Amino acid sequence: MSMHGMRGLSVFISEIRNCQNKEQERLRIDKELGNVRNRFKNEKGLTPYEKKKYVWKMLYIYMLGYDVDFGHMETVSLISAPKYPEKQVGYIVTSCLLNENHDFLRLAINTVRNDIIGRNETFQCLALTMVGNIGGREFAESLAPDVQKLLLSSSCRPLVRKKAALCLLRLYRKNPDIVNVDGWADRMAQLLDERDLGVLTSSMSLLVALVSNNHEVYWSCLPKCVKILERLARNQDVPQEYTYYGIPSPWLQVKTMRALQYFPTIEDPNTRRTLFEVLQRILMGTDVVKNVNKNNASHAVLFEALALVMHLDAEKEMMSQCVALLGKFIAVREPNIRYLGLENMTRMLMVTDVQEIIKRHQAQIITSLKDPDVSIRRRALDLLYGMCDVTNAKDIVEELLQYLSSADFTMREELSLKAAILAEKFAPDLSWYVDVILQLIDKAGDFISDDIWFRVVQFVTNNDDLQPYAAAKVKEYLDKSAVHETMVKVSAYILGEYSHLLARRPGCSPKEIFSLLHEKLPTVSTTTIPILLSAYAKILMHTQPPDQELQSQIWSIFNKYESCIDAEIQQRAVEYLALCQRGAALMDILAEMPKFPERKSSLIKRTEYSEGDTAEQSAIKLRAQQQTSNALVVTDQHPANGATSPVPVGQLSLVKVPSMMTTENDTSTDHPLSQQNGALSNVDPQPPSADLLSDILGPLAIEGPPGATVQSEHNAVSGLEGGSDAADGSAIVPVDEQTNTVQPIGNIAERFHALCLKDSGVLYEDPYIQIGIKAEWRGHHGRLVLFLGNKNTAPLVSVQAIILPPAHLKVELSLVPDTIPPRAQVQCPLEVVNLRPSRDMAVLDFSYKFGTNMVNVKLRLPATLNKFLQPIQVPAEEFFSQWRSLSGPPLKLQEVIRGIRPMPLPEMANLLNSFRIMNCPGLDPNPNNLVASTTFYSESRPAMLCLVRIETDPADRTQLRMTLASGDPTLTFELKEFIKEQLISIPTAPQSPAPPAAQPTPQIPPNDPAAILAGLLS
Amino acid sequence: MIHFVLLISRQGKVRLTKWYSPYSQKERTKVIRELGGVILSRGPKLCNFVDWRGFKVVYKRYASLYFCMCIDQDDNELEVLEIIHHFVEILDRYFGSVCELDLIFNFHKAYYILDELLLAGELQESSKKTVARLIAAQDSLVETAKEQASSISNIIAQATK
Repeated sequence: MSMHGMRGLSVFISEIRNCQNKEQERLRIDKELGNVRNRFKNEKGLTPYEKKKYVWKMLYIYMLGYDVDFGHMETVSLISAPKYPEKQVGYIVTSCLLNENHDFLRLAINTVRNDIIGRNETFQCLALTMVGNIGGREFAESLAPDVQKLLLSSSCRPLVRKKAALCLLRLYRKNPDIVNVDGWADRMAQLLDERDLGVLTSSMSLLVALVSNNHEVYWSCLPKCVKILERLARNQDVPQEYTYYGIPSPWLQVKTMRALQYFPTIEDPNTRRTLFEVLQRILMGTDVVKNVNKNNASHAVLFEALALVMHLDAEKEMMSQCVALLGKFIAVREPNIRYLGLENMTRMLMVTDVQEIIKRHQAQIITSLKDPDVSIRRRALDLLYGMCDVTNAKDIVEELLQYLSSADFTMREELSLKAAILAEKFAPDLSWYVDVILQLIDKAGDFISDDIWFRVVQFVTNNDDLQPYAAAKVKEYLDKSAVHETMVKVSAYILGEYSHLLARRPGCSPKEIFSLLHEKLPTVSTTTIPILLSAYAKILMHTQPPDQELQSQIWSIFNKYESCIDAEIQQRAVEYLALCQRGAALMDILAEMPKFPERKSSLIKRTEYSEGDTAEQSAIKLRAQQQTSNALVVTDQHPANGATSPVPVGQLSLVKVPSMMTTENDTSTDHPLSQQNGALSNVDPQPPSADLLSDILGPLAIEGPPGATVQSEHNAVSGLEGGSDAADGSAIVPVDEQTNTVQPIGNIAERFHALCLKDSGVLYEDPYIQIGIKAEWRGHHGRLVLFLGNKNTAPLVSVQAIILPPAHLKVELSLVPDTIPPRAQVQCPLEVVNLRPSRDMAVLDFSYKFGTNMVNVKLRLPATLNKFLQPIQVPAEEFFSQWRSLSGPPLKLQEVIRGIRPMPLPEMANLLNSFRIMNCPGLDPNPNNLVASTTFYSESRPAMLCLVRIETDPADRTQLRMTLASGDPTLTFELKEFIKEQLISIPTAPQSPAPPAAQPTPQIPPNDPAAILAGLLS
Repeated sequence: MIHFVLLISRQGKVRLTKWYSPYSQKERTKVIRELGGVILSRGPKLCNFVDWRGFKVVYKRYASLYFCMCIDQDDNELEVLEIIHHFVEILDRYFGSVCELDLIFNFHKAYYILDELLLAGELQESSKKTVARLIAAQDSLVETAKEQASSISNIIAQATK
C-alpha cells in the first residue's frame, strides 16, 4: 500500500479535529475557505499539486456539512488536466460535489467525451465512472453511442467494459430511448456469454433495468440467465476470487434471479425444469451457519429464490414449502431473518393464494408485533393488515388495539388507521365496528384523524339499528373520568342525534345526558364547542314534553356564547337561540340528519393514495406498476404504430377501456345477458367440481364429442347477441374473410367452469392463441390478468378485446395491443368491482386476425358470484341468533328443489366449500342436514353474512329443501339461485319438474330488486 | 439501486457520502441529519434494516463507524448488507486493519475504493482481488507522475542554475 499523502491536507484535518468546540471549528473552516478562495482567485500561481490539495480540502469541508459555494469551476477544470493525478481528483471531487442538474457539468461534456473515445484506458475509466455516477440527460444524449461501443468492444479490457455497462445503465435511466437501437437485444444476449464475472455482474444490472421496463424484446436472454444461474448454483467454473465466503458470487445470483422475475412466464419446458431444479436446491440446501456473512449471503440468495418462486407461481407443493420456510424464519433469533420472513410473507399474500397457510402462523406474527425492534414491528403490522379477512378480523383487530397502548408514538397513527380500516372492511357486525372505533379513540385519541370519527358517525347515521347501541356506548365512555376530546366530539354528535332513543334507560334522561356533555365543555377546545352547542339544541328539541328547567339552562348557555369571539361558536349560539324561541321551526330545522350517501371510505382511499405509507403498500404499488407497465410496454414496443413514446418509469398510466364504450352497449347487452343466464343454467354440463380432471373425464365429456359441445356452447353464447351480432360482424369483417372457422381446442364451457372454482388457468385456446387468466380476489375487488399468448411465428393482428359487463360489475380492462408479436405473451390487467349481488356474467368479446382468418369469440369471464364470497366460520350461538333475526321472506327464502344430481352429503359440503361457502359441521343435529355460512362483498354495502341450510332426504337424493338467509333480499335470492344452479343436474326431459319460483326469473330485469321481489311474491 | 452511501461516526460526524440519485445540497444535509438520528439511536442486536421515507436503509456498525446504504423498497436487503461488508473488507485489506482514523485522514482513498466497488448505484466488482489490483495500479500511476514531476523540476532547476 502506498500512501502518497498530502501534508497540507493532513495538517488541516488534524487542526479541525483538535478544535475544542463547534464554534472553533467554524472559525477554522471559515479561515480555510477564505484562504482557498483567495488562492483560486489568482489561479496562475497555483501548482497542480496545490489545486488538488485545495479541492480535497473543499470536499472535506463539504462533507462536514458546511456550504461550499465556490470552487466548482476549479474542480471541474481539473478534469481537463493532462496528467492523471489532477484529472483523477477533478473527476472524483466533481462527482461528489455536484449533481446531474448542475450547470458546470455541461462545461465538461466535451472533455469527458474526449476521454471516453480516447485511447487512454485509465482516462476512460475515470470518465465512465463520473458519468455513471452523476451523468444526466444531456450526457445520455451525447455519450450513449460511445459508451455502447466500449461495452461491446472486443479490444477493451474488462475494467473498462464493466464500467461502460453501468454507465450505460445510468444513461438509460436518464433517457430510455438510448438503447432503442436495432439489434440491441441481441447484443445484450451476447453480453451474457461474457466470461469475466465483473463484466457479467455489471451487464446483469443493466439487463435488470432493461427487462423491468420491457421484457418482450429480451426473450433470448431468458435461457442464458437460467444457464448463468445454474452455473453459479452448481459452482461450476467460478474463479476463487468471485466466491464470497464459499458462495459463488451471491450478488450475481441475486441479480440474475431478479432479471428472471420480469419475464411473465417461462414457456420452454427444459429451461423451466432446469430453473426449478436450481430453485429447489436453493430452497432446500440453505442451512443456517455460524459465520454471519456466509449466512447473510446465502440467505440473500434464498430470499431472492423465494421471490422468483412466488413470481413463477410454482406448484402448490413448492409454494407451501416456501411458506413453511418463511414460517420458520419468523421465529428465529436472528433479527434480520425475522424481518425478512415477515416482509416476504406480506409479499406472498399479494402474489398467490396462500392466505390460509399463512394464517397458521398468526400467533407467531402477533408475537412479532411485540418485538424489541421497531423495524420488525412494522413488518408484523403490515403483514397482519394484509392477511386480515372476516375469519380473523376480530382477533387481529383486538391485538392491534391491545398493542396500541404500548406502541411507539411514531407508529400509532398508522396503527390506528389500519385498525379502523380493518374494522370497517371486515366487521362481522356493525356494533363490533362501533366498539372498535370507540376503543381506538379512547386509547389513542391524539392519533385519530377526523376521517375516522366522521366515518363512524356515517355508519351510525345510516343504520337505524345501530343508533341506540352507539348512543349507549358513547355514554359509557363519557362516564369515565378522563375523556379524549375526539371522544367528546363523537359523543356529542351521537348523543345529540340519538340519545332520545335511550330516554327510558336509567341515567339517560335528557337532563342527565345534557349535564354529562356539559361537564366536558370547559375542557375542550373551540373546535368542539360548536358540536356541543348543536347537541344541546338537538337534546332540547327531542325533550318532549319540554322541560322548563333544561330549557332555561341551555338558553343561558346560548346566551353566553352569543358574544363569543369565535365566529363559528357565536353564529351557532345566535341561531340556535333564535330557533328555540320559534318552537315549531326548531323541529324542522333540527330534524335528524339524513342518511349519508354511500361512498368509498375516505380512510381506505387515504391508504391507497398516501405515498410510501408503508412497505406493504408501496410494494403493492410497485407490483401494480409492474403489471401496468407490462401491458403498456407491449403497446409501446411497435415503432410501426408511431414513434415510441418515452414513458418514464413509474409513471405509467393505465389506459382504460372507458366504461362509456360499454354503456353504449348496455341497453343491448343487459337484456341478452339475462337471457344468457337463463340459457346457461340449461347448458351447464354439470356442477363444477374442484378437480379439473374429473371435469374433463366427467360423464358429459364422454357422452358426446367435445367439439359438438363446444360448438353448441359457442353458438349459445354468441347467439345471445341476437341479430345485432350478425350486423356488427358484417360491418367489421370484409366479405372475403371468414369468421370463426378456427376450432377452439378444449371445451370452452368446461374451462370456464374450472375457472369458477380456481383462480388461474386457461380460458380459451385455439391453434393460434391461448388466453390464460389469473385472478386475485379481495372482498368486492378482483384483479384479473389476461395472458394473451400468440402461439405462432407470425403476428396476430387486429386484436380486440371488449368487456361487456353486466350492470352489477364495474370492469376496467387495460389497453390491449393491436398486435401480438410472434411467440409473445401479452398481459392485460383487468379490474373488477362488484357493486351488488347478481348472477349475471361479464363477457369478453375477443377477436383477432390471423392471415385471412378473422376469429371472434365471446367468452364468459369467471367473475361469478362466488368469487365475491369469503368463507366464514360462525360460532353456533351467533349463527342461531342471526338465523332467528332473519325471520322470513324476502330476507330468508326457502325452496324445495328437485332434480338434484344425486351426491352424498360430504360431497355436497365439498362442493359448497369450493364455492367459498363454508360448511359448519355440528350446528344441525340432523345428520342429513347441512349448514353453511359465508360472507358476500360488494361495494354498496359492508360485508354481508349469508347463512345456508340444506335438508336432504336420505330416501330420495334427487330432492332437497334449501333455506337461505341474508340481510339483503337480492343477495338471498341470487345466492339461492346460484347454489341451485350448481346442484341441479341437466334436465334430461323437457318436462322435468321445474321449481316454481324459478320460472318467472328469466323475465325479470336483472338489476331491479323490486321486480325480483315482486316475482318472488307472486 | 443504491441511492446513496453514508458513513457516519457514533458521534454523528460524516466520514463519507456518495449520492447516486440527484439530491440537492439542502436535501443532502436534511437526509444526513434525519437518518443519523434514526440510525444512531438504534440499540444493538436489532436488525440491520430501517424503513425510511418509502425507502429502506441497510446499515451496519463496525467499531465506531456506521456504514449506511439507502435502497428501494423491494431491493434485496441482505445482498446490500454484504456489499457493505465487502466494502469494509476491501478497506481493511488496503489500509491493513482499517480504523476510523484511516478513513478520516485518507478519506480520498475511501472515495477511490468506493468508485471501484459501486457505480451508478450498483455493484461493479465483487472480486476483492480485482479491486485491490486496480487501486494499486492507480496509486502507482500517481506515484510515477509525482516522480516525473520532481525529476522534471530537478532538470529545470539545474538548467537554470
